[in-house]
Amino acid sequence: MIRKIFIKLFFVLLLITESSAIIEVDITRGNLNPLPVAVSPLFSDENTDQNLKSNYEIIKLGEKISKVVENNLKSTGLFNPIAKKAFLQKPDVAHLKPRFEDWALIKSQALITGQIKLENEKLRVEFRLWDVLAGKEILALAFTTVPKNWRRVGHIISDKIYERLTGEKGYFDTRIIYVAEQGPKTKRIKKLAIMDQDGFNTKYLTLGNELVLTPRFNPTNQMVTYLSYFKNLPRVYLLDIETGIQEVVGDFPGMTFAPRFSPDGKKIIMSFAKDGNSEIFTMELETRLVERITNHPSIDTSPSYSPDGKYITFNSDRSGFQQIYTMKSDGTNVKRISFGKGLYGTPVWSPRGDLIAFTKLHKGKFYIGVMRTDGKGERLLTENYYQEAPSWSPNGRVLIFYRETKSDDKGEGFSAKLWSIDLTGYNERQISTETDGSDPSWSSLLTN
Amino acid sequence: MISNKIFKNIILAFAVSFLLSACATQKKMDSQMQGDVYTGTDTVEYLASGVPDRVFFATNESVLTTASRDTLRKQAAWLRKNPDINVVLEGHADERGTREYNLALGERRANSAKDYLMTYGISSNRVSVISYGKERPVDSGSNPLAWSKNRRSVTVKAN
Repeated sequence: MIRKIFIKLFFVLLLITESSAIIEVDITRGNLNPLPVAVSPLFSDENTDQNLKSNYEIIKLGEKISKVVENNLKSTGLFNPIAKKAFLQKPDVAHLKPRFEDWALIKSQALITGQIKLENEKLRVEFRLWDVLAGKEILALAFTTVPKNWRRVGHIISDKIYERLTGEKGYFDTRIIYVAEQGPKTKRIKKLAIMDQDGFNTKYLTLGNELVLTPRFNPTNQMVTYLSYFKNLPRVYLLDIETGIQEVVGDFPGMTFAPRFSPDGKKIIMSFAKDGNSEIFTMELETRLVERITNHPSIDTSPSYSPDGKYITFNSDRSGFQQIYTMKSDGTNVKRISFGKGLYGTPVWSPRGDLIAFTKLHKGKFYIGVMRTDGKGERLLTENYYQEAPSWSPNGRVLIFYRETKSDDKGEGFSAKLWSIDLTGYNERQISTETDGSDPSWSSLLTN
Repeated sequence: MISNKIFKNIILAFAVSFLLSACATQKKMDSQMQGDVYTGTDTVEYLASGVPDRVFFATNESVLTTASRDTLRKQAAWLRKNPDINVVLEGHADERGTREYNLALGERRANSAKDYLMTYGISSNRVSVISYGKERPVDSGSNPLAWSKNRRSVTVKAN
């Protein structure tokens, strides 16, 4: 089967070939036997190597890209990349025609090979996925990009392999926006930061002069909505990542907070606090039309749309304590859905639509969990001293959140870090960040 | 013999003073909290002589305690005497709650202090409110006493 796909930005996909699946990875359960894979370094000719070195100061690019792929696959807990020193066949030969018995000998079940070539300042990338036991190619793909995008090359390859082997979209060619934190708790400095999903390419979007909180992407990942204390007026802002232009969202006579985009990107939904009462509002970005969604003398906050935009889940203490509710997007049909012991907050609707992730506080412990949208089937994924604010990977398989450690009486020993966990409750990992971090939000796939 | 007796007495005196001081510390801890509301004065500053700048709250609560109402009446009297002064009420929460809910809770706490000032004759346009949620603790410890100090509304001169 051959399809042609055009991708915006820098990527032009040339060719996909697929044949029926033989190896399969089941991602619906915790995987205790990760699939052994061999990621052969991408082969490059001498001309390309010379050119990359002298014009781009990049050496061993094929190896670097294969390392990105390896790290991505390993991070899922579903794959177990085999150490390259065990490989018996050279990258260039393997890419043309692998000697499958050599790869089977080192217990590899899947093999990834590839080639890069620099042509007119464009990097042409081609890779293949081989089923070692069946002895056949199951995926081949080629595309071109600019050399400085080489990490994204690795992420795109990873996404295609993940998709081929698990049957679901990947989440590697994505970014995380979060709040970078520094300094003592009493005078914490916070900046908006953006990085690749694997912790590389960190960029700071604000300088730290004012407190910033809870950044969230729009569906096309070009805009971010967040809370800023600019001029000591806590308000929801909109930031264009490319241009750096920021603006206040709406003209509210008081604090606006807890913003998120609607799934079509046309509205921002947020809380507005006045006279001790927080209510949920939306503002349409094009018309600036403001609409009040909730009307109750209690705290209503942390709104999140269902992916079809028809429903909203939110946090309210109208029962006396923080609980999770759902309603239609016009504010009618309000239903409480959390009924377990403890307090519930930060509900966020899964991109697949079937689950709501949340933070739960019970007996001095914080949990990240999921429940169905009717509140049934509550499942707690992880327990800790302090953690909150889950955000879904675009395929709805992984949650990223932040975790804080306990301080001693002098305030020492405190840290805030980003963590992720699979929906299965397995594969809990810390995401490396340059500084402390909190309030992570996952982008959608940058290329589809 | 005598020296031995003196020695024993010294030991005894030490032991007694140690016990007393231990009691004092214990008592100090207890006297700083009633239920889980902070009642101490370690972090309190004064807007004027005898006018404390802050009130404290129980966990997840924005209800004013008797002591808080007493403090706010003093603030109201001071504001009536100084009609040119405007104030900002800064509402805060402890670190044991989700960030967004705590922003709302801080706002609710500051407003419950504002409402009380208004019932004592202070015009609402002299009093503005800001919530910092859990972002600006005064005590960075992770223990019940530190959290009680951080659940507060602080009255700050705006001009």
